Amino acid sequence: MTHAPHRALVHGDRTGPPGASRTGPRPHRTSSGRWSSARRPLVLALLLASFAMVFAALLPSGTAQAAGEQVRGTLTTGSTGPIAGVEVTVTTAGGDEVDSVETDDAGRFAIDLPDGAGDYTVTIDEDALPEGVTAGDGASRDVTVEENRRLPVTFALTDGEERGSGRILAVQLFVDGLRFGLLIALAAVGLSLIFGTTGLTNFAHGELVTIGAVVAFFINATGVPLVAAAVVAVLVGAAVGALNELALWRPLRKRGTGLVAALVVSIGLSLALRYLIQTVYGGRSNAYTDYQSQRARDFGAFAITDRDLYSIVIALVVLVGVALMLQRSRIGKAMRAVADNRDLAASSGIDVNRVILVVWMAGGALAALGGVLLGLSDQVQWDMGFRLLLLMFAGVTLGGLGTAYGALLGSVIVGVFIQMSTLVIPNDMKYVGGLLLLIVILIVRPQGILGSRARIG
Amino acid sequence: MNEFLDALSLGVRSMFAYQAVFFALLAMGLNLHFGYTGLLNFGQIAFAMVGGFGIAISVTQWGLPFFVGVLIGLVAAVVLALLLGLPTLRLRADYLAIVTIAAAEALRLLFRSVSSTPVTGGTQGISAFNTGFLDLSPWSPAGRYDILGTRWSGVELWTVTVGWTLVVLGSLLIFALMRSPWGRVLKAIREDEDAARALGKNVYSYKMQSLVLGGVFGALGGMVYALGTGSVQPDQYQNANTFLAYGALILGGAARVLGPVVGAMLLWFIIAFSDSGLSALIGNGVSFFGLFQLDDVFDATDVAFARFIIIGIGIMLLMIFRPQGIFGDRREVLLDAR
Amino acid sequence: MPADPQPTGAHAASSTPTATSTGTAPAGRAAPARLAQAALRDLPWEVGVAKPDPALVVDGVTRTFGGLTAVSVDHLEIQRGGITGLIGPNGAGKTTLFNLLTGFDQPNTGTWTFDGKSLGRLSPHQVARLGVVRTFQLTKALSRLTVLQNMLLGAQGQAGESFLKALVPGTWRSQERANTEKAMDLLQRFKLDAKKDEFAGVLSGGQRKLLEMARALMSDPKVVMLDEPMAGVNPALTQSLLGHVKDLREEGMTVVFVEHDMDVVRDISDWVVVMAAGKVIAEGPPESISQNKDVVDAYLGAHHDAPLTNEEEDRVLAEAEAAIAREEGVPGGSGRAETITSDGTEKR
Repeated sequence: MTHAPHRALVHGDRTGPPGASRTGPRPHRTSSGRWSSARRPLVLALLLASFAMVFAALLPSGTAQAAGEQVRGTLTTGSTGPIAGVEVTVTTAGGDEVDSVETDDAGRFAIDLPDGAGDYTVTIDEDALPEGVTAGDGASRDVTVEENRRLPVTFALTDGEERGSGRILAVQLFVDGLRFGLLIALAAVGLSLIFGTTGLTNFAHGELVTIGAVVAFFINATGVPLVAAAVVAVLVGAAVGALNELALWRPLRKRGTGLVAALVVSIGLSLALRYLIQTVYGGRSNAYTDYQSQRARDFGAFAITDRDLYSIVIALVVLVGVALMLQRSRIGKAMRAVADNRDLAASSGIDVNRVILVVWMAGGALAALGGVLLGLSDQVQWDMGFRLLLLMFAGVTLGGLGTAYGALLGSVIVGVFIQMSTLVIPNDMKYVGGLLLLIVILIVRPQGILGSRARIG
Repeated sequence: MNEFLDALSLGVRSMFAYQAVFFALLAMGLNLHFGYTGLLNFGQIAFAMVGGFGIAISVTQWGLPFFVGVLIGLVAAVVLALLLGLPTLRLRADYLAIVTIAAAEALRLLFRSVSSTPVTGGTQGISAFNTGFLDLSPWSPAGRYDILGTRWSGVELWTVTVGWTLVVLGSLLIFALMRSPWGRVLKAIREDEDAARALGKNVYSYKMQSLVLGGVFGALGGMVYALGTGSVQPDQYQNANTFLAYGALILGGAARVLGPVVGAMLLWFIIAFSDSGLSALIGNGVSFFGLFQLDDVFDATDVAFARFIIIGIGIMLLMIFRPQGIFGDRREVLLDAR
Repeated sequence: MPADPQPTGAHAASSTPTATSTGTAPAGRAAPARLAQAALRDLPWEVGVAKPDPALVVDGVTRTFGGLTAVSVDHLEIQRGGITGLIGPNGAGKTTLFNLLTGFDQPNTGTWTFDGKSLGRLSPHQVARLGVVRTFQLTKALSRLTVLQNMLLGAQGQAGESFLKALVPGTWRSQERANTEKAMDLLQRFKLDAKKDEFAGVLSGGQRKLLEMARALMSDPKVVMLDEPMAGVNPALTQSLLGHVKDLREEGMTVVFVEHDMDVVRDISDWVVVMAAGKVIAEGPPESISQNKDVVDAYLGAHHDAPLTNEEEDRVLAEAEAAIAREEGVPGGSGRAETITSDGTEKR
């Protein structure tokens, strides 16, 4: 297995063959471009009143795309960036050429199939690839296109730069892992703080991540720069977090709903939100329109694209900010006091409900930011958050449930571990390693790295 | 109107199809875990997967007889339960939840990975392992049989017969166990495990027994499902199925013997009825109170997601307002201090 | 059998050298109490004093949470057949000591024995099977089981509690009948027999305390450890509960209890152990305690209810630690978020 510097965060190498490269297509995946078709806010509100409102306000009112079959894809590698001007040819199963196009500046191609559903072969002109780039597993693909489906076709391109340059694989993987871990940490800090202050194991936290990425994608798709879209997405994340608390969890706490019941409720919420997002967004993976055509910058022992570098910097700055906030600010101290002992905090004059609301808003905002950055280095997908959730749990558990700093440290370790583990295990099993790590931690040190024994009854 | 009747008939048929058996068995296991013992197992689908693959691998890869395969599947489920239980059953409930869901996902990824393709068939999975099972069928596997206006293939009919027999036997077993002092200890652990400890009960051991027994039910469910579809693929065993099984359990009412069975039947009725009903409505261009056309909002593929949205909201609402299930006893739930 | 029908009185002389009297009817409240008192009468009022016939012996037990020492007991003996009261200000480590003695928590150092058998590293159910049963500060009635089912759970050595035998009712039916009879006798004694088919969750707080005590007695314990048996019980029931505690002594059981109400302590204890900041600071007969300067200091010194502000965050945290330590051992008690945040991430 090669380790292209441009690696996808959550679902394995995008450049891998379809199917094998993903951690798992969910059932009923669709790939039509329905995200841009008209959606009326009303029915969403009917479906899930409060949460849907956020989406509804943001839905672009584009025109419906014409139905029809298509194959599409992108030719890109980490070091070269998108590859333009490569001829892509589609032939029918019988060998008749359907059409042939050249990839555009973003490395993309899309070929309509007037003959409709059926078996096709997609071939790229290997000779037109830049120097050193080869199609690792062949230059043609046999695909079956279903009715009304725009089928993504991926070619595993290997960039020759990996060999022969000064890069050291372990260092490269470490940097990748660090970035991944920081993104997990962004999302996991909120999960951990919510657990600490309310005792809720929030299985719907992954959806906050997805909402961040999806909102940023929709806004970005209308032509707004991604940075501005990200700011809005983070605000929406905070708002969804606040809605979570105000519309659901605070009333449930008032009713005296037990923790186990609350956990099951959060699973129901996760399921409903996830598929609501899929209905709104569709089953496809999409990239943002900005920052796609970047080449990896060579730093000697490793290479990294600017967007990944900025992801690391942003995540670091935000996380340090969160740590400072927890350590220094009034509200941060109040959060830790509530997490330590809610009754005592309440009796010493802290407005516990307000603190919890702030925790939810901060958690939502951080998760949304994590989602935006994840969508940047990877792509935006309807279940990206849910798949990240297990890794968040791993990070939070590793660091010590309920401790904010523990979540930070644990998440980074999980991210690095997952990427570095590909040194010894196949790439498509790296999440298995991460999840096994979680189980091993629970055997060896159930209170986590920073959790103290004192907290174990 | 005809479409409505068709949807109704499809719904009723689904109540007895092998999918309903699958979820009934999954939910019966969860009932032991969650309903009676208070264990949060969110990886029930993993037990189903090792059950299904247990048969498939034994028969196709190792050339063993079908019933040895069944045995291997059950043993695999027991081993999985022990592996999951050993580190987590001493810890607080949410640790088991996290570990089980993680293990289920990890196992699925492992089974579908390229490296395990020689054994598990990777994403393609394994098929053609059920001849030993079909040989015993009194109905011709290729035959078509009409029962009360619904049509079944011989394979389905045989699978369903065996499946419902398992459900009935399993329910009798749970009924007997829950009337015994053994069941009483499980319920005591659910209520307060420290109290059970203070009364001299080895809580860890009972939790483990419950986890193993419930896991075996899950494995049996996976086997019925594998025989019904005639193949096993790792991606059939998504975590979402565990949540659906929880939906069935909560719908029917946890901690009662027939709760999961009734719940699974209802769940499948709702799914099949709403799927075919919604599709028909969309196809007919029905408008929603004149406000908008239904097919503006949903297209045919969305119907499949709608079921998960409905079930997700259903789980939330049931858990908040009627945690005892549709047929449960309100009195008991008022006392639920968890 | 009680040979001496004199009413119980402080320091009354005992003429019966035969110590135990298991099976004595509750009516015969006489000799054993005075036996223990008599045995304890001439002991010096000093910490760690050796008892003539100790049931429980604690040696060098310490338990720390983070940097905070919750319990540090050098030497403590509990007299067999007597009622020992354990008192102390909040956070003194009483409940933690209870948890350690019953296996619900493990100490950092130290040994402790029951009837000469070491209890170190035993899990709670093993301790219970040896005959040391406890109740909890927050009553643990099993809400969705009936009162009778609660009682039956207390019985030890039930064949039907093994998985395989559970499937063959013949193997446990007769035992179940015998246990039911015993349970009904106890319920009658605790005046709960009319409620036998009610869910335990519908009982009043006091009735739950009674049920918990009755349930503990189903196992024929040798030592009964009661954590604040009178807390939250209305005054009418208090007297009845006190009577039941005294009855335990009459039946030859060793009773250790934690209590805050000094009147109660004076009324029923044969011996009182005072804890503060994790240490035993005094022990002696009830009347000795109010004269003890250390005890007075501990109680007055421990109450500083200065208001806490956000700026005094360190103090908040320190107090939170103390509260955590105090609440150890009642994990999951209220089942609410507070429980999680205050007693940690794991239930043992």
